[in-house]
Amino acid sequence: MEKTPVIEIKDLVKIFDGRRVLNGVNLTVYKGETFVLMGGSGCGKSTLLRHMIGSYKPDTGSVWLMGKNLTTLNEDQMDEVKKKFGMLFQSAALFDSMTVGENVALPLREHTKLDDSVINIVVKMKLELVGLRGFENLMPSQLSGGMKKRVGLARAIAMDPEIVFYDEPTAGLDPIVSGVIDKLISDLTKKLSITSVVVTHDMNSVFRIADRIAMLHQGKIVAEGTKQEIEKSNNGLVRQFVKGDADGPVTFFKDKGDYLKDLIG
Amino acid sequence: MKNPVAVIGSIVLGAGTTAVQILSLFIQTVYWTITGPFKRKFAKSESIFDQMVFTGVKSIVIVFFVAFFTGIVIAMQSAYQLSRLGATVYVAALVAVSVARELGPVLTALVIAGRIGAAITAEIGTMVVTEQVEALNTLALNPIRFLVVPRFLALLVMLPCLTVFSDIAGIFGGYLVGVFNLHINPSLYWSTTYRFLEAKDVLTGVYKSVVFGIIISMVGCYQGLNTKGGAEGVGKYTTVSVVASFILVIVADCIMTAIFYFSKM
Repeated sequence: MEKTPVIEIKDLVKIFDGRRVLNGVNLTVYKGETFVLMGGSGCGKSTLLRHMIGSYKPDTGSVWLMGKNLTTLNEDQMDEVKKKFGMLFQSAALFDSMTVGENVALPLREHTKLDDSVINIVVKMKLELVGLRGFENLMPSQLSGGMKKRVGLARAIAMDPEIVFYDEPTAGLDPIVSGVIDKLISDLTKKLSITSVVVTHDMNSVFRIADRIAMLHQGKIVAEGTKQEIEKSNNGLVRQFVKGDADGPVTFFKDKGDYLKDLIG
Repeated sequence: MKNPVAVIGSIVLGAGTTAVQILSLFIQTVYWTITGPFKRKFAKSESIFDQMVFTGVKSIVIVFFVAFFTGIVIAMQSAYQLSRLGATVYVAALVAVSVARELGPVLTALVIAGRIGAAITAEIGTMVVTEQVEALNTLALNPIRFLVVPRFLALLVMLPCLTVFSDIAGIFGGYLVGVFNLHINPSLYWSTTYRFLEAKDVLTGVYKSVVFGIIISMVGCYQGLNTKGGAEGVGKYTTVSVVASFILVIVADCIMTAIFYFSKM
């Protein structure tokens, strides 16, 4: 099968307060695959995701989404691109002044000319996909964390997007709910042939859902490949990350040399 | 020790940048308010209506009490002075003119800055720290159109209404003191009020309240949209919003009074 790229990132550099958070990232995501971006906290993976959805503009380099260079689009053109992808936020980011049903209906009400009765049917269908039909009239504050994420997912796919981005979809959820979310992600990718980009550091989840994996470390892609390639990788960083070892190329402890000096001043 | 010149310089620069950014928010808000209906992208009428009820109708009681008791106090204090001249009947004129020109618009604006300005910053700020504003952005819904315009319009319409209402409440307070305490004939009280209160007094008060409405909504929304740092940040930015609104309302009042009454217009 011919692979068509839907996301292409070329030589992306982003500098915050003089620190190179992203330092020349090159990445391609193909149509219909589940692409997992993993890496430790603070490695720049959320920043990279924010570039893909157009929240941040790169300092140098370019981000191409569905054939459009995001760095050159104006606001109206960017809005058109935004309607073709969905995003599930880490905190689900439901609008807490609206009911579950209104949250899912919002993009449809704003961007389509569909009749309210049609919108209600679509909302029910999207909620059915995430197993929450019948919860339309609840407020987000009445839902558990896992349910919020599922509503967030229903909202993300409300407009039948071509790409869905997931920011730490399983963070802070119990193993069963994490499993449910993972199953939803792979089901959606297969059933609706959506391209999924998942940012996570939950290794169980990574190997359950991924087609291809890239690992980001200190603002650079250090490894990229299929699930099998990453599992068998000899790269020390990848092995440490996959196994969760405290010792390895990544060290959290400072050099002991100046410890005594630091203690006694 | 920092160079005092550098400290003053950075404060002035910071204030200047903030002023420019608030001005740019104001321009964008006006742009969306005017072009929204033509682009079929206007703020939802329900959300404008909700904001108007919250800003206007639900503030009537507190505005009434503040203006009513201020009217009573002004009447009592001026009666003490005027009785020495045997001119207690002029209490009516003094209450009416001072309430319509200054106390009505300014006290109402301060009450509303505390009640509504704080609510605007706290609500939008919470939406920012819980990723809801970013979610709006990725759904191709401009936060200015969606969050700022309804609040701006609500204040622009409701603050002048509340100001007129507070003028009436203040004059009514003065009337009660004049008639029941100072034993001024009721019809004499009204005729004195009419004789001294000019249309210009009331109108300049209403013009002022329009400007105050713009100040409170812009400062409130600006602080809300720029909130950082979780729950603590929401508290901090809300405080700054109220304090800044208070100061700007008083300064703007001073400038407008100078323009309306001390320039040859």
